[in-house]
Amino acid sequence: MGHVAHTVLGNRALADGGPRGSVLTGIDPRARILAAAAFAVVVVSLHHLAALGCALVMSFAAMALARLAPGPTLKRMATMDGFIIFMLVLLPFTVPGETLFTLFGFPASLEGLMRAVEIALKANAVVLMLLSLVGSMEPVTLGHALHRLRVPEALVHLLLFTVRYVDVLREEYARLRAAMKARGFRPRSNWHSYRTFGYLMGMMLVRAIERSERILGAMRCRGFTGRIPLLENLRFTRRDAIFALICTAALAGLIVLAVLT
Amino acid sequence: MSPLIRLENIHFGYPGAPAILSGAGLELHAGERLCLKGPNGAGKSTLLRILVGLLRPQQGQVWAFGATRQAEVDFHEVRCRAGLVFQDPDDQLFCPTVREDVAFGPLNLGKSRQEAEVIVEQVLGELALSHLADRITHKLSGGEKRLVTLAAVLAMEPEVLLLDEPTNALDEKNEARLTEILLSLPLAMIVISHDPQFRACISTRALALQEGRLVEA
Repeated sequence: MGHVAHTVLGNRALADGGPRGSVLTGIDPRARILAAAAFAVVVVSLHHLAALGCALVMSFAAMALARLAPGPTLKRMATMDGFIIFMLVLLPFTVPGETLFTLFGFPASLEGLMRAVEIALKANAVVLMLLSLVGSMEPVTLGHALHRLRVPEALVHLLLFTVRYVDVLREEYARLRAAMKARGFRPRSNWHSYRTFGYLMGMMLVRAIERSERILGAMRCRGFTGRIPLLENLRFTRRDAIFALICTAALAGLIVLAVLT
Repeated sequence: MSPLIRLENIHFGYPGAPAILSGAGLELHAGERLCLKGPNGAGKSTLLRILVGLLRPQQGQVWAFGATRQAEVDFHEVRCRAGLVFQDPDDQLFCPTVREDVAFGPLNLGKSRQEAEVIVEQVLGELALSHLADRITHKLSGGEKRLVTLAAVLAMEPEVLLLDEPTNALDEKNEARLTEILLSLPLAMIVISHDPQFRACISTRALALQEGRLVEA
């Protein structure tokens, strides 16, 4: 269950860094993670709408380059928007400034509106870039790349184990739900249903803990001492250098645009 | 007399896999203990899941308790009248204590907590499991788990019992006890089992699942 499965899977996944035929597939996953991080830092510190608009266009270009299906990808981006939508809507009414219009007696300020647009552009540009550069990677590849980027081992293991076992848990949940259905359970708004779901979650938790102990036991039997050796052969190639150059140039362009306007 | 359950010409295949049931059919009459056998992966458990509507066949009819069953609503009634005991007791037991798990079915049938309590005492008493009532379900032994899942289903007072390899992982003593309990029940049942001795003990009729069809064994 332990590292052998991971490394076998990992090596295949490393060669297979995303949707087939994408230009990004051949680029070192570490370069992609660093590029996305640099992009996020630059975009968050920009304030000019023109520059932010350009950043969003760059994110869309990256999405096209990664050959991601636009529908599901934009849907994921919209999910993130769902979390900030209330803040965005309320901003024009909470930031003081020149009154643009009034709604039900509440004045909306131009400054607040601009701030809301700015935040919406930033958030969407960063999330879309992350989805394009990092989200198009196999999760196992991401784990290996993070490990090579000196992310704490515990976090990398957490990610790799989550990837491995999330399906096992999902299947366990599905089996329990089927068994509940077989005994005539139909969720309603009553205490019986709430208590039942509470038991279900509690039981899943208890079993997950027990399973993790069994897995740990099995890993110990094969000599596990707290470190999983990750076999990998990531190499920084000329293609990665070109990718890094293009990214640096693009980010520099954004900064220059922001300074000039 | 019309049967309690009739499956007709059931065709089923899991997505991306060849069909495992192709024209399977069976009838279950009152008082019968029908045993099913067949190789691993032949589709025996699938057949029971189709019977209670956890899976829908691609073709064919499920007829149970006097009506053709098609929609989720129809199957809810089937599930309340035909108790399915799962192959793995851990798939079934999810409440913290035995008492709560056995009460789960009756509560779903609309019984009050007091009524459910009475049923729990009664069912556990009949199966001589009263001493387990307040035990934590996931700490029971394999044999205890199996008997508790049976109690949990019997608490719903089903008209038909559907058992999926009930003797799995049972020692001789528990298997003998289970056999004795099943023989004492007046219910019609469909039992999947790989164990020829167990089948010989309890069956009144046997079918074998071969190449997607049920044939007399």
